[in-house]
Amino acid sequence: MDNVLTWITFLPVIAAVAILFVPQTSKNLVRSIAAVFTGLQLVLAIWIYMNFDAAASGFQFMEQVKWIPAFNIEYFMGIDGLSVPMVLLTAFLSFICIFASWGIEKSVKGYFAMFLLLDAGMMGVFCALDFFLFYIFWEVMLLPMYFLIGIWGSPSRTDPDGMVRGGPYAAIKFFLYTLFGSIFMLIAMLVFYFNVQDPVTGGHTFNMLHLMDQANHVGVLDDFNIRLLMYAALFLGFAIKVPVFPFHTWLPDAHVEAPTAVSVILAGVLLKMGTYGMLRISFPMLPDAMKWEYFAYGMAILGLINILYGAFCAMAQKDLKKLVAYSSISHMGIVLLGMSGLTSMGMNGAVMQMFNHGTGTAMLFLLVGVIYDRAHHRQIEGFGGLANQMPIYTALVSIAFFAGLGLPGFSSFISEAFSFLGAFGSEAFDLRLITIISTLGIVITAGYFLWTFQRMFLGELNPKYADLPEINGRELFTLVPIAVIVILLGVYPAPLLDLMRTSLNELVAVVNAADTTLLGLH
Amino acid sequence: MITNAILILLLPFLAFTIQIFVGKRLPRQGDWLSTGAMIAAFLLAVPIFVDAIVNYQPDYIIAQQTYDWINFGDIQVTFGLLVDNLTAFMLIVVTLISSLVHLYSIGYMHGDSRYSRYFAYLSLFSFSMLGLILVDNFFGVYVFWELVGVSSYLLIGFWFEKDSAADAGKKAFITNRIGDVGMFAGIMILFATLGTFNFNEVFTGIANGELSGTMLTVAGILLFMGAIGKSAQFPLHVWLPDAMEGPTPVSALIHAATMVAAGVYMVGRAYVLFTPEALLFIAYIGVITAFMAATIAIVQKDIKRVLAYSTISQLGFMMVGLGTGGYTAGLFHLTTHAFFKALLFLGSGSVIHAVHSQEMDDMGGLRKKMPITFWTFLIGTVSLSGVPPFSGFWSKDAILASALEFGMLNPSHLGIYVVTLLSAGITAFYMLRLVYMTFAGEPRDKEKYSHAHESPMTMTIPLSVLAVLSVGTIWWGWVEHLLAKPDLASYAGTVLPVPHSGGHDVAHSAHIIAMISSVIVASSGILLATTVYYWKKISAETWGRRLRPIYNLLWNKYYFDEFYQATFVNGTLWKARLLAVFDSKIIDGVVNGAAKLTVGLSRLNGAFDMRGVDGLVNGVATVIAWSGARLRLVQTGNIQNYILMALFAVIAIIVIQQF
Repeated sequence: MDNVLTWITFLPVIAAVAILFVPQTSKNLVRSIAAVFTGLQLVLAIWIYMNFDAAASGFQFMEQVKWIPAFNIEYFMGIDGLSVPMVLLTAFLSFICIFASWGIEKSVKGYFAMFLLLDAGMMGVFCALDFFLFYIFWEVMLLPMYFLIGIWGSPSRTDPDGMVRGGPYAAIKFFLYTLFGSIFMLIAMLVFYFNVQDPVTGGHTFNMLHLMDQANHVGVLDDFNIRLLMYAALFLGFAIKVPVFPFHTWLPDAHVEAPTAVSVILAGVLLKMGTYGMLRISFPMLPDAMKWEYFAYGMAILGLINILYGAFCAMAQKDLKKLVAYSSISHMGIVLLGMSGLTSMGMNGAVMQMFNHGTGTAMLFLLVGVIYDRAHHRQIEGFGGLANQMPIYTALVSIAFFAGLGLPGFSSFISEAFSFLGAFGSEAFDLRLITIISTLGIVITAGYFLWTFQRMFLGELNPKYADLPEINGRELFTLVPIAVIVILLGVYPAPLLDLMRTSLNELVAVVNAADTTLLGLH
Repeated sequence: MITNAILILLLPFLAFTIQIFVGKRLPRQGDWLSTGAMIAAFLLAVPIFVDAIVNYQPDYIIAQQTYDWINFGDIQVTFGLLVDNLTAFMLIVVTLISSLVHLYSIGYMHGDSRYSRYFAYLSLFSFSMLGLILVDNFFGVYVFWELVGVSSYLLIGFWFEKDSAADAGKKAFITNRIGDVGMFAGIMILFATLGTFNFNEVFTGIANGELSGTMLTVAGILLFMGAIGKSAQFPLHVWLPDAMEGPTPVSALIHAATMVAAGVYMVGRAYVLFTPEALLFIAYIGVITAFMAATIAIVQKDIKRVLAYSTISQLGFMMVGLGTGGYTAGLFHLTTHAFFKALLFLGSGSVIHAVHSQEMDDMGGLRKKMPITFWTFLIGTVSLSGVPPFSGFWSKDAILASALEFGMLNPSHLGIYVVTLLSAGITAFYMLRLVYMTFAGEPRDKEKYSHAHESPMTMTIPLSVLAVLSVGTIWWGWVEHLLAKPDLASYAGTVLPVPHSGGHDVAHSAHIIAMISSVIVASSGILLATTVYYWKKISAETWGRRLRPIYNLLWNKYYFDEFYQATFVNGTLWKARLLAVFDSKIIDGVVNGAAKLTVGLSRLNGAFDMRGVDGLVNGVATVIAWSGARLRLVQTGNIQNYILMALFAVIAIIVIQQF
């Protein structure tokens, strides 16, 4: 199949355009179009999974066309073992989310059109191999997300502390924060553009493969201080997306105010773009800067802070959705820690964790949505004894919670354990103490998940909820497939790991072999 | 044999899967499925065990199978099963007791609203426990370690409508996790240094000196932290007494016989990697635990709590055995304890079933009503108290001998032996106290007594079987035979000469002294308990009043729970709240502040733009317009005015030219 990446990226755009021609009243037709096209996208993703040669190095399914020849900008797409899991995750969660959005009644056309555009933007980010194109996709995601949170999120309200919060506030916070980060990315991108020589034409280039080849770096890129500054700028841009402490406060707001499906996408896919960006851009393009110990230890320490700080904050939350939001911060810290050790085990663990957190947190947010749709609130203390009232729902929550607290048999256990092991065994840096302190996070995580479970599901049933209906078929359809994946990859992670291993080990080798003479390291 | 091992592991898992999904719809809610799977596992374990005995060699590997599991490219993580003497031995103990507890549960849990769920969880536990003893690597041990933890969580909180049960489950899981973090750190050290999780490869690496000295000691102590949690050792023992909230058969199987012994098993499995320093640490933790828990057990009034503290104490004994070099002694006590403590718990369950109370104040005189329960319980009691020739005597004696031998060789550590011996005496005392308060004398609650009755066959048969197993002069020989102490040197490839430390003389004399002294303390304990609680020559109440501070200290279990609540639990919650406030007020405050600042600046800018820049523009315009309006007045269209103005102008020019 030719141009599979173009198809998988632009199918949602076709659907979005098609939806515009559907009359406003045919809501189910709009939903069905979205479902069919994201379904096709998922089929393509599975096709890619089947046809991707995991043992081969480099990029596959490449498409390269001149786009703006005057500036040597290309439409350049391709994927490797780092992108394939993300492509699968995006396609899978987008499809699931269409069904999680089925109950949206407010301007259905607009919602699904926006959602599909978002889908296209995410897919594009994971497939783009031209930095300019990458940047375009990165920014394309922002606008639909802004509207999805702002319009379909919760309405504006004034909190007791006088702050105006709600969907519009969260949307603009998310938008501005990300935009602020992208400016730094833009600067770094332009420095690359002007200081990397296209090996063929000798001109400027945005081609990521050229950017990754250190031989093409000329001009100010030979100045190590500039390289460090560029690394810092890129890190800032990506860190906001992860989000890394202290740039994380947009996340709880955005998650809490967004509709369920948007929270799922936000936590499931968007957060991964931060760490994806680091691995796709910062690590291979500035490998020597990554070996600068202040950056490596800095990343590990920020990972540690994310893990513990996120877990403590989660424990203190009264709103279930906010708790899940903070747990995301904690779990993304493990990704940072795993990456920072520059070992194949840690790197593979970290990228597995990106995928597994995507599925696990998606389950959590969907489950929060289920109870919110029934009880119309999310206060943990307001429930109690739901286990007998909603046994199937309780079973799914316990799967999601146990997966969240890293119980063996669930996918996140594998990725967490190997992220820790990889960081601990790092030969490039001594991260042993940082890792050991980080593992304390798993106690706190067990604490808040079990405590929440007890408060909501155990004990006597709160009589207010004596007729709360059990989870329905559509909701089960969104949750069960994720649960199956979470368990399968927990028992046998090879299908996921085999995809990424070759590419990630090459990346680890590249960074470890980086020429650090500019740095003065030996 | 490997097929047997795989089936032993898979059968309970299969039972769990079926039970959890369709258990309720099966005939009899599927109790036969879980029980059958367990009995089948037992029958499959028998040939393995026979093989181990018949074809005995010190490092005989009965079966082994390794599968590729995770491949990182440079590192392959395998997952495999290993059946050696220790595994064969553990398999038979676990499958046998688990089968009996399954049978017993059919009677005990009859009519429970979540009957099928109970058996599902029990199967999950059996699967996890069997996995724990079958895997061939530390990572696998950690995996199953966590899984037994979660089965324990589910079963402790089985009656989750009760807040106390839900609390106890959570407490057990979280307390265990604290130990598990340490254990994981230990595994990280092993893996980072030796590049493998596999037992044999790890031991070989250590034998070759790839990991040694302080780092090895630290790794050993960290690994042992897992055992501190799982085997309820000081200072993480607090979860086990609360775990008695679970159904009694669960207490017998998980919280007395098998899971809590997992820590002991793990120490035994990894025995060769513990340095002398690490072993000393283990011994001291063990002796502190043994003494502390035994003293608490003296004053408890809840029959299951007495047994729970007794379990903690006995696990401490096992650790003392292992820590002082008595590898065989520690693991032997694991076995005998598993049988007689399961017997005692099931017996107490039978009593609770009859009187519907766990308080010993509601019991008394039950001997006549429940003869089978009484006699079997008595056998368990004398075994635990260390009366020859019952099994507990032999194993406890072995531990005391080991502690004494260690003390004789290292006189500064003789205290381990003394305190352990004292704890053995206390054990006999509190157990006899329990028996007298429950079965002897006059019934204290006539109402409850009148309803009491002997339990059904499904419950009394397991009791009888366990009672037979607790009578065990035949034990010592084959256990010593099967569980020879492993030697690190044998992993080095070349067999090194074993340095003879103390020689046989010390061991021999230690054994004799230990045996005599243990008989003396046990009989003193029994005598004292009989004087106080049967003959009533000494009043427990009077002495309780006289020793009020000590009594209070013991009654409140040395205030561990209160201390942990005040420090760790509240500290954590407090920290969480503080950080959450910090997050929303400070960090987010900065973000919102930046936003407000920007908005404020832009307002200022707007005002400047409006009043300043635009004001200037408008100002110029205004001035021009104003002057235009004023100048407009000049153009009157009246010719005389123009002439007049021209005249003034000429005059003005002339005047100016004068200067």
